[in-house]
Amino acid sequence: MHKLYTKYKTTNYIPKKDSRGGRILQLSARFKNAGKSLKRTGKEMRKNYAAYLFLLPKLILFALFIVVPVVWAFLLSFQEYRIVDSNVFVFLDNYKAVFESEAFKKALLNTTIYTVVTVPFNVITALIAASLIHSLGKFAQNFFRAAFYLPTVTSMVIIAMVWRWMYNYEFGLFNHVMGLLGMEPINWLGQTDSALWAIIIMQMLIPFGVGIILYMASMSSISESLYEAATIDGANAFQKWLKITIPMLTPSTVYLTLLSTIGSFQVFTQIILMTGGGPGYATETLVHLIYKTGFRDFEFGLAAAQSVVLFFIIFVISVLQYKVLNRNK
Amino acid sequence: MKKRIKVNKFITYLLLSVAAVISLLPLYWVFSTSLQLKSFQDEDLERPTSYVNANPPKMYPMGISEYVEHWGKARDAEKAGDADQEAYHREVMSTIVKDTFSGFKNLFEKNQMGMWFFNSLYIGVVVTIGILLLDSMAGYVLAKKRFPGRDIIFWLIISTMMIPSQVTLVPMFIMIRDLGLMDTHWALILPDLSMVFGVFLMRQFMLSIPDELIEAAKIDGASEWKTYWKIVLPLARPGLAALGIFTFMNVWNSFLWPIIVLNSAKLYTLPVGLKTLQDANLADFKLLMSGAAIAAIPMIIVFLIFQRHFVKGLTLGGVKE
Repeated sequence: MHKLYTKYKTTNYIPKKDSRGGRILQLSARFKNAGKSLKRTGKEMRKNYAAYLFLLPKLILFALFIVVPVVWAFLLSFQEYRIVDSNVFVFLDNYKAVFESEAFKKALLNTTIYTVVTVPFNVITALIAASLIHSLGKFAQNFFRAAFYLPTVTSMVIIAMVWRWMYNYEFGLFNHVMGLLGMEPINWLGQTDSALWAIIIMQMLIPFGVGIILYMASMSSISESLYEAATIDGANAFQKWLKITIPMLTPSTVYLTLLSTIGSFQVFTQIILMTGGGPGYATETLVHLIYKTGFRDFEFGLAAAQSVVLFFIIFVISVLQYKVLNRNK
Repeated sequence: MKKRIKVNKFITYLLLSVAAVISLLPLYWVFSTSLQLKSFQDEDLERPTSYVNANPPKMYPMGISEYVEHWGKARDAEKAGDADQEAYHREVMSTIVKDTFSGFKNLFEKNQMGMWFFNSLYIGVVVTIGILLLDSMAGYVLAKKRFPGRDIIFWLIISTMMIPSQVTLVPMFIMIRDLGLMDTHWALILPDLSMVFGVFLMRQFMLSIPDELIEAAKIDGASEWKTYWKIVLPLARPGLAALGIFTFMNVWNSFLWPIIVLNSAKLYTLPVGLKTLQDANLADFKLLMSGAAIAAIPMIIVFLIFQRHFVKGLTLGGVKE
């Protein structure tokens, strides 16, 4: 391959531009070379036709069901979608409607509160859990890892259904446990001021299985010699954890925070199955609002605009988080 | 010093055990409620007729203790020679068994649980096989071949991984409708097959396959397809296992898109079926938890068998470029 590359370089000779003639020569050489390199690309492509054949099925599906819909979503967000007539371009009207709507503001606020509370909590508890598990023997490690990962493989549909049952006012397990602790029962999902917190508490009590497994994997790749050196310097276990383990895990922390923030901004299943966004707009979230706008009210243009806004929110937050969390490096 | 280590160990186990109980309690509650006695009549003892709606909640399926109790009484009656009493307790025992499993019976007889289960299973298998084939082919050439446009294609694929899937909901809905695929399983399978995470994962995995093996196959005169099928695929087996499990899990659990495109009850997948079940029986928690239990069991089994591959897949996917 390297050989081929040097050959390619030498044939691309372009004369120096020292005179008018030289300049014309140079230009024509450029054109010729452009033609040549196009031809060469064509040749390369023919030589590698098998590679394209291998890629083709995936590329067709990718183009049809990802590229086209993404581009289309942006176009739709500037249109008023009509089923009978042709669509009308309304430019920024949809976006104006999105930002002026009470429901959207509430959904954005709720989703943000939900994310700001649950993501740091889940990442930190995952770090602590992984550290505790890491200090145990092989058998205990496997057991706890399985116990914490099992809820992650179970569909959120199932988790949401059982939590709706556990949050039941009269017969629910949650109020029963609270009663044992001497607290008054709460109509968790039925009240405006507790419904969002019920969803948040639930998310906090579901272990962040992916986080625990990734942290454990990263921990086992931290070099023992770092800890040995710290032991010689007289550091205790907690100091070692704070000064060695946590800094060494920064890449995992960045990745997990990004991952769970993105996931958190897409919270949907719990909402539709447990509260339907209510009471009022108390638990309305962005994706649930998109679902309602698009597939209950069939306002396609508006729903597309909402989803584009969601995309930009997630994009901006991801970039910011990545920058902030990687700053210390 | 030794004592302190022991204390530390004890605290570690205590904390983790409490957390593990919190983690597994909801799942336990699914199974416990699904098997709880619901409309059990025991006039003899004037017990409440429903243990599902009991305050305080019953912590385990009461059928177990009731069954043991009546079994004991039936035996006592048998010893005492009281045939009537014995027959009564034997009847109660069979009522207990029937009532314990009545949620599951209802699901399969009055609802189409069997159909939903089958739909989820076959769609999961079809998509998983398709993804494994398509993504390993694409990942192989992206990792091991040099051809014009390779890097552009790779980066185009990677960059779309950042776009939240909700963005494509509306256009995809219009497309599927215009293609006449609404309310068919194609509406689930085709978009699922286009997911690109696997391409990324397979490419990362294939990078670690030594070039020499592929070169050697070429020198031996193997065709491109044969090289891929006989040399590359077997070497990629751990990666394929991880990708396969994650694909199956995602498809099995997928929810938002299926509730949008499926309308006929006989075409539902499990999550869609569970949602409509809940919409129609908001307060029948025994029935709802029975459905949840059936949907949960396969993934739990898959996880317990293939735990190793889950860990592998997660750490592979977490590798940063």
